[in-house]
Amino acid sequence: MSVVVYVESQNGIFKKAGLEVASYGRAIANAIQTNLVAVTFNVNDASMLNNHGVDKVCNINTTGDTFFNVDRYSASLAAVIENETATLVVVSATANGRYLGPILAAAIKAAYVSNVVALPSAYDPVTVKRSCFTNKAFNACVSNQSKTVISLSSNAFGLKEHTSEAEYTEAEYLNSNSTLKVTATDSISDKVTIADADIVVSGGRGLKGPENWHLIEDLASVLGAATACSKPVSDMGWRPHSEHVGQTGKPVASNLYIAIGVSGAIQHLAGINSSKVKVVINNDPEAPFFKAADYGIVGDAFEVVPKLIEKLKAIKQ
Amino acid sequence: MNILVCISNVPDTTSKINFKDENKSFDPNGVQFIINPNDEFGLTRAIWLQQKAGAKVTVVTVGDTGCEPILRKCLAIGADQAIRIDALPSDGFFVAKQLAALCEKENYDLIITGRESIDYNGAMVGGMLASFLSIPYLANCVQFEMEGSTATLEREIDGGKEILSASLPLVLGAQKGLVEESDLIIPNMRGIMQARQKPLTVEIAVEVDAATTIQHFEKPQAKGPVRLVDAAEVDTLIELLQNEAKVL
Repeated sequence: MSVVVYVESQNGIFKKAGLEVASYGRAIANAIQTNLVAVTFNVNDASMLNNHGVDKVCNINTTGDTFFNVDRYSASLAAVIENETATLVVVSATANGRYLGPILAAAIKAAYVSNVVALPSAYDPVTVKRSCFTNKAFNACVSNQSKTVISLSSNAFGLKEHTSEAEYTEAEYLNSNSTLKVTATDSISDKVTIADADIVVSGGRGLKGPENWHLIEDLASVLGAATACSKPVSDMGWRPHSEHVGQTGKPVASNLYIAIGVSGAIQHLAGINSSKVKVVINNDPEAPFFKAADYGIVGDAFEVVPKLIEKLKAIKQ
Repeated sequence: MNILVCISNVPDTTSKINFKDENKSFDPNGVQFIINPNDEFGLTRAIWLQQKAGAKVTVVTVGDTGCEPILRKCLAIGADQAIRIDALPSDGFFVAKQLAALCEKENYDLIITGRESIDYNGAMVGGMLASFLSIPYLANCVQFEMEGSTATLEREIDGGKEILSASLPLVLGAQKGLVEESDLIIPNMRGIMQARQKPLTVEIAVEVDAATTIQHFEKPQAKGPVRLVDAAEVDTLIELLQNEAKVL
């Protein structure tokens, strides 16, 4: 009756969101006194998981299929879950984790709870706190099924160190009869993604045009942050859709969110509100974002941001 | 081509969210309801297929009579018919089961859900529905093209996009990008008049238990006021982020 976590990786390297899920799984395993099994895909060196309390690694090699095929991932995970007689399964809130969660839950006849922000407050039945109404509220959600799949919000639990010695095993990459095929991916792999970032730097219309985006990119680069933008900016084509954060864009739950030249429309705030610390830089003191932010500078982004970059660079050196 | 667009009736973004019955249920009092934005992107894409390829567009929602105004709005936007499955949508699993029962009776080539609703944010109905019907699900869809019975789709992923193909029927999780905000159709008077004549049928719900129950709601703690730093003193901001907020 182990706890099973799906630990995401890219090119054999664990994602932060994946390690966070392992840390969370460890805490659950401790609470119900059982083992923690991590399912990984195409990871040869899983030793990193020994820092996050994993007792057993089930690695699945997707030989010949380099893409994330949700149906085959779900089928393969379901087999491990059955093998381990797990009743609690945790996935991350990345694009792939959120895609996989409900499909996996249906496959193993489990309840599915997304946007989870804390450890279960009870285990019989499983009760967890999740965010809803686009970060305007929380609800305590009770699972009515014998199995539960939890999708953990990014940065909600954090990384916890816990030394263990994991047994390394291999499991089979199963086929599915689905017609769904991934034919190509087009992604920037050398940049930190919004889902995996501790810090997100976001730009709005106040930056006046795409030619000024070096300010956002330079600040993000010195902070090791992901870049994001407001809705008007992506609507005008200054930045790609994949950077749009807010209610109809990507959700952000970073530790630090820095908004530059973003007025803070309610739809934008809804999407970023679960970030822990919010900083706003805007020349309009009446911008609604100041009401939602923790720290703010009323000033011209074109003056403030270069100074900020310079000072941060000096500190890093 | 037969398209089903699944619609969720959600509070307008600007609504104040309140709870009643000792925080056990959502209080709809004074709340303006809208078509869930992600569903509306999907509906617009469906209307394009209707206009270009003569597809028949059916909209469906699971809810009580209070949901009918938004179904009429979908009809005014251009949907051919509407179905209301008469039950309170207790959770995503329950809704997916209701929709699956409808899809098993009718033959839809394409089923569109929003990537998630902006009220409960479950993001599960599309994936579960596809699983119950044993057909593919494509989440976070930003591009959909069809050739014969094969669809080519793009899914937004962290840091980019992914290109996929699948045979119809399939379930598509719509979001912004599938159509743009500026493509959304504002019903005109003719559309509104026609919508009154279009069929809105009520279906009896199938018996199924919800997979989850909401025990209670709570609101986030009120946030303190913003701490303003002078524009000339970025050092102070860095210092605060390092030592007070501890995020650098």
